[in-house]
Amino acid sequence: MAAATQQLAWGRFTLRRDAWWLQPLLVILGLGGFGLYSTYRVFENAHYVAGLYQSPLGSPDLRGYVPWLQAFVPFTISPALLILPFPLLFRLTCYYYRKAYYRSFFTMPPACAVRGASSHAYPGERGIFLLQNLHRFFLYLAILILVILWYDTALAFGLETGHLVVGLGGFLFLGNVILLSGYTFGCHSLRHLVGGKLDCYSCDEGSKARYKVWQRVSWLNTNHMGWAWASLFSIWAVDLFVRFLDIGLIRDVRLL
Amino acid sequence: MAQRGNVTMRLWRGTAAGGQFVDYQVAREEGMVVLDAVHAVQAQQANDLSVRWNCKAGKCGSCSAEVNGYPRLMCMTRLDLFDPGEPITVAPLKTFPLVKDLVTNVRWNFESAKRIPPLKPGPLTAEEQRKGEFQMMQQDVDRIQEFRKCIECFLCQDTCHVLRDAQDTDKFFGPRQMIRLANLEMHPKDSADRIPMIKKEAGVGMCNITKCCTEVCPEHIRITDNGIIPLKERVVDRYYDPVTMLLNALRPGNTKLR
Amino acid sequence: MQYRIEAFDVVVVGAGGAGLRAAIEASARGKRTAIICKSLLGKAHTVMAEGGVAAALRNVDERDNWQVHFRDTMRGGKFLNNWRMAQLHAQEAPERVRELERWGAVFDRTKDGWINQRNFGGHAYPRLAHVGDRTGLEIIRTLQDKGVHGGIAVFMEHTVVKLFKSEGRICGALCYERETGRFLLFKCKAIVLATGGVGRCYKVTSNSWEYTGDGQALGYEAGADLMDMEFTQFHPTAMVWPPSVKGILVTEGVRGEGGILRNSKGERFMFKYISPLFAKETADTEEEAKRWLEGDKAARRPPELLTRDEVARAIRNEVKQGRGTKHGGVFLDISWRDPAFVKAKLPSMYHQFKELAGVDITKEPMEVGPTMHYHMGGLRVDAESAMTTVPGLFAAGEVAAGLHGANRLGGNSLSDLLVFGKRAGEFAATWAERHEAREPDAAEVGAALQGAMAPLEREQGENPFALQAELQQVMQDLVGMIRERGELGQAVERIQELKKRAQQCAAPGNRMYNAGWHTALDIQHLLVSAEAITRSALLREESRGAHTRDDFPQTDKEKWSKVNVLCRPGADGAMSVTTEPLPAWPDDARKLIEGTLEAVTTKEAA
Ligand SMILES: Cc1cc2nc3c(=O)[nH]c(=O)nc-3n(C[C@H](O)[C@H](O)[C@H](O)COP(=O)(O)OP(=O)(O)OC[C@H]3O[C@@H](n4cnc5c(N)ncnc54)[C@H](O)[C@@H]3O)c2cc1C
Ligand code: SF4
Ligand code: SF4
Ligand code: FES
Ligand code: FES
Repeated sequence: MAAATQQLAWGRFTLRRDAWWLQPLLVILGLGGFGLYSTYRVFENAHYVAGLYQSPLGSPDLRGYVPWLQAFVPFTISPALLILPFPLLFRLTCYYYRKAYYRSFFTMPPACAVRGASSHAYPGERGIFLLQNLHRFFLYLAILILVILWYDTALAFGLETGHLVVGLGGFLFLGNVILLSGYTFGCHSLRHLVGGKLDCYSCDEGSKARYKVWQRVSWLNTNHMGWAWASLFSIWAVDLFVRFLDIGLIRDVRLL
Repeated sequence: MAQRGNVTMRLWRGTAAGGQFVDYQVAREEGMVVLDAVHAVQAQQANDLSVRWNCKAGKCGSCSAEVNGYPRLMCMTRLDLFDPGEPITVAPLKTFPLVKDLVTNVRWNFESAKRIPPLKPGPLTAEEQRKGEFQMMQQDVDRIQEFRKCIECFLCQDTCHVLRDAQDTDKFFGPRQMIRLANLEMHPKDSADRIPMIKKEAGVGMCNITKCCTEVCPEHIRITDNGIIPLKERVVDRYYDPVTMLLNALRPGNTKLR
Repeated sequence: MQYRIEAFDVVVVGAGGAGLRAAIEASARGKRTAIICKSLLGKAHTVMAEGGVAAALRNVDERDNWQVHFRDTMRGGKFLNNWRMAQLHAQEAPERVRELERWGAVFDRTKDGWINQRNFGGHAYPRLAHVGDRTGLEIIRTLQDKGVHGGIAVFMEHTVVKLFKSEGRICGALCYERETGRFLLFKCKAIVLATGGVGRCYKVTSNSWEYTGDGQALGYEAGADLMDMEFTQFHPTAMVWPPSVKGILVTEGVRGEGGILRNSKGERFMFKYISPLFAKETADTEEEAKRWLEGDKAARRPPELLTRDEVARAIRNEVKQGRGTKHGGVFLDISWRDPAFVKAKLPSMYHQFKELAGVDITKEPMEVGPTMHYHMGGLRVDAESAMTTVPGLFAAGEVAAGLHGANRLGGNSLSDLLVFGKRAGEFAATWAERHEAREPDAAEVGAALQGAMAPLEREQGENPFALQAELQQVMQDLVGMIRERGELGQAVERIQELKKRAQQCAAPGNRMYNAGWHTALDIQHLLVSAEAITRSALLREESRGAHTRDDFPQTDKEKWSKVNVLCRPGADGAMSVTTEPLPAWPDDARKLIEGTLEAVTTKEAA
């Protein structure tokens, strides 16, 4: 189409007059902030555990399984460094986060009907970005990690102490795994796998059952963005809590 | 609610050869929408002003334009949405070649639609054949009925950066056609295989899930979440996921893998 | 003046349901087929139809069949319908609807998975196949897809301005391309007119700019008869506030799903307006109406579901008696039903009111009043073949007359488009098979071109938009829902004057997508229909269906129940209005109708 040459001269970027830049800005602050903080935590290599509480940033601790890895790097490997790539890849290939980073960091586009700053156009899922098509495999790993985080939560309530422990930490952990579950089980790939791939939901008993599961996942999926942010901040909050506790900056509030 | 006085309509006048925004004063009436104001200009001040419309009720998708820079249906955009003191800018859809004033050439959308193979009903039951009707449960068609709400306003096509900024019309059919494909692909009685087309010709991989199409859709169709992403996942099943690819290979002839 | 030439076997003018269905049929029969429309493809009026398409599918109520549908249609039309059209329509509609499903349409489903059907005014059983409140969209999109894949040549945003005959037979059409203003001459063997109605000659209407009666005028000027022009349907429920949306339709589906009409005093007034024709099957207490809605088959239907003419007159009367709302309407209330139900069944009504009027219909009543909606009259056609009185010229859809008689039932239009669209396409193809193409006369084409260019060449003249507004005011005030000799006479005079002034319209600007120029040409077509409506209304001295005369409030059982009113060009070029007897009913058809015939009266309640 010879349209490119005919495009209007007006509004090289946009004619929008509302605060279209606000959303990408907030995303940059949110994701950027978390990125910086978690990088710092990866290399801080301390305060991942405080009493019963094992921070989600460093759980599970895989160091025992790959001791040889240490030989290759000049710094001491932290548990966060070993485990974080997996949730990171999960989130990087997540369909919601794709929207977030393509809009805010790549400005393709920064907002609707606003032209991006980049000089070349989005080329499609090429090169490293082909990984985006393997999101479901990161989902499988994420579910595995989620199970462990639920276990950590049980530990926070004193599973291994033999008696029930009820503290502020326990509730923070519980909130966090609930939000993480809401995020993980609202995944688009999961939605496809449990039932989205079917064309007929009433054709046999199996598809009827899968329809029910699909409906649940779809319900969570409707606000996948909300779950994504809430669970990101809850991880952040729980880790801060564990870290401060371990440093001694704050004290846990115990009810039982 | 009543706002008296005038409103300034800043309308694009001109053709592909050139043009500019022109300000017109229009008397404000209660409940007025942008299309009313444009019509008032047309009837009283600029008889030759070009604008498309039909239903004036958000049903036909003719009156698409960019109001204050945002893609909207003029007939469903009330003037009181905007600051009364400010002029209201109305520009034609930027993505498509300009014809004149607020009218653009949207023919490309009809051409890509033509390339999509139509419904191919699969084997029917004896009862279905007798009645000449399909037996499909409401729960089976809920999903595709959402896509069929589309009024072809092409606002999604206009706002999709792949078409708008890059003009990659040879690589990507755009969100409107994606939901047309999703509709056919998810139809319980369809037996055609469009996955190769969705990947290659229609270019589902060109969408980067930035969801502007969903944001502007006046029918509130969740184009990206319910249409494009499920299609991408189906493409993954066929072309990227070794597990499903293996299963596929073991069951030859089964294009619609469960 | 230059023009391009295209040659086809069959040219279909209009891409609504009727036109598309005709083109699909002609093309499937191997004829080279073109379809021409004024807007983009898929934007024709059909897209706006909301409630549903009537067909006795018997998916919801086993008692239904074509005979009942036939009877309902005749009764709704106050027996002025062409019985054979009504019969074909009732018999063929189910297959036409089912075929759409096989082409990709997805109707709402019953519990066991078949096409669902809903209740509508005047239909004895739930009969309307539907998709929420966007049935027309479903139908036009399905036909559009089928058509483009079937190899029809589409000329969108082209307007036909003249038809040509050679030795009495149709042979071509001249149109301009809206985008460039360039002219195009189609040479063909058969033409199908499917251009829809005439709503734009009224001020308050649910119709779009396209409804300027082009087909009626093109056919009339080619010598075809216009019939039943006095029957203009005012839909009882349209938005009345705010002013910018006045006339926009509120689907009958609202009443089908349980919407209740009340006046400003809170009375459910429809109980007062039940005419004897429908008394037997209409509930007379609120309690019974409620039971019917809950599915009690023994209960009778609520009076809100009487035919459109009856409900519209009732509303007008309430308002006239001072029991209307602040903005001159009455209340239509669906808010007593579950909000989720309302949003699922009437989604676009919900949005329409929410966004345009700021009213939440799940919480508050709507304010509604009548609007010009549909035209029962139009080109007179042969029942079987849909051919007009001009050889080779066919007509289907709203532009054709006969099926609906004096009043159309809701949902019977969409089925009309499908049934007679197909027939028109089929017979146009057969006609093209049997006849050779002929050349349009070059001098005639030249004259038509000149006429079309005139407004552009005039330096100064009438503003076409202002002129159209004036005509709309005349029709609204003098040829509205309730008519009277003096006013009709006045209207005829005003229209003559407007006709002269329409010749003096000027359109500034050039030929490219020039709305002023288009309107200047449209108004000449509009005036033909306006005149025919007014003259026919003046002639029919009775009240029947959608035609109500203040000076003749009774339905006449003798003279007027036996004739149609026809308009055709007289020898002196002026419009001549005559009557012609209805085709006789054969015995089997008579039997189906009998028993209900006596009760035809128009009851003007106090
Ligand atoms: C708001 C609304 C709701 C309705 N709801 C229902 C309902 O629920 N059920 C029902 O049965 N009916 C309903 N109707 C009525 C029904 O929709 C119409 O009567 C029907 O769609 C008319 O179809 P058609 O094919 O005759 O014409 P249209 O669909 O109007 O098509 C006319 C075509 O002719 C073209 N045309 C006109 N003039 C020219 C020209 N000079 N040159 C070239 N092309 C030309 C136009 O561009 C258009 O493509 C409704 C109508 C409205 C307005
Ligand atoms: S989500 Fe995809 S299709 Fe939709 S606007 Fe963005 S890139 Fe285009
Ligand atoms: S999907 Fe929505 S935005 Fe796109 S054309 Fe259809 S109605 Fe318009
Ligand atoms: S899509 Fe977001 S987690 Fe899978
Ligand atoms: S005019 Fe039909 S959508 Fe605006």
